[in-house]
Amino acid sequence: MHELSVCQSMLRQVEEIAQREQAILVERIIIQIGPLSGVVPELLQQAFTIARCGTKAESAELVTETQPVRVHCLQCGYDSDAQANRLLCAKCGDYRTRLISGDELLLASVELTKN
Amino acid sequence: MCDTCGCNVTHGNRHLIEEGGKHAHTSDDHVAIEVLENLLSENDHQAAHNREHFERHGVLAINLMSSPGSGKTRLLERTIDHLSGRYKIGVIEGDLETENDAQRIRNKGVPAIQITTGTACHLDAHMIHQALHQTPLDQLDLLFIENVGNLVCPASFDLGQHLNVTLLSVTEGDDKPAKYPVIFRAADHVLITKSDLLPLLDDFDPDNAGQALQQLAYKNPITLVSAKSDQGMDEWLSWLEAQLSQAKENTTEPATASL
Repeated sequence: MHELSVCQSMLRQVEEIAQREQAILVERIIIQIGPLSGVVPELLQQAFTIARCGTKAESAELVTETQPVRVHCLQCGYDSDAQANRLLCAKCGDYRTRLISGDELLLASVELTKN
Repeated sequence: MCDTCGCNVTHGNRHLIEEGGKHAHTSDDHVAIEVLENLLSENDHQAAHNREHFERHGVLAINLMSSPGSGKTRLLERTIDHLSGRYKIGVIEGDLETENDAQRIRNKGVPAIQITTGTACHLDAHMIHQALHQTPLDQLDLLFIENVGNLVCPASFDLGQHLNVTLLSVTEGDDKPAKYPVIFRAADHVLITKSDLLPLLDDFDPDNAGQALQQLAYKNPITLVSAKSDQGMDEWLSWLEAQLSQAKENTTEPATASL
């Protein structure tokens, strides 16, 4: 359950932004998570309902945008969709690929209320 | 707080939401800020600081990850037996409870700092930073960080290490890389440990483990080792020595360039 640590870290970042922007409330937090980030969006949502208490994001909505797993083949140059535990090139089948999407763990944006 | 039905609006606070009031919402009051920062940027920042610290002292830091009981401490004991004459080694041990593993390492005459995480399932960069205050980095070439036994959480937290080594023991399933892709993908070297037990186990095939790793686009070494029979230890140790000399080259380069 490291999602709680991830969530607390996220909330510290969000509060810092809210402070800097002199916002009174955080309305929405938008994050991007890939299946290979090691973080489970559902568990993060659960952790969020606990961790947000007493912060400016107390009534905020957490929106998760999941990112697809995609690889670039280092052999044939083709970009294709893949699965978290099968990162082979969909065209030539080679295993020498580079992940181009799917390991994101990003705070994309925050929506704030000022005054 | 309820903003849906307005039951939180009373005579006492109504003025705040009326025009000109402190909480009056106009479109100007709503701002969307684009951030695009790692969710663990706090940890990453500390990890980068730890890495700088290691490099300033010419220390190569290696993070060992695996499930509990796959032989991380045993591997370290044997590695120390072989290398302590040539390299100065230190260990940071992560466990939920007890000093047992650190004590085993200290018995080999090597400094070991125990981090007990309590209920936390992984080490993070801040815990390592705390442990570094007690670590004699000046006297070390190589620092092993033995992470908490767990194939899930440790993978998400950069500690400032230079390299990740993930262990998979033959008493586990050979399909573990397919089940835990995040941690195996992160590895710079996968060690299949307790290989001396292979003759007793007919359900672990190292080739299957290798194939599962290849499906993760894993391109780094895989070594079958036994800290008991010393099978594969030569390969593991020469990989370590190659990394140490590579790290030494990297740290001396900037100094030469600045002359």
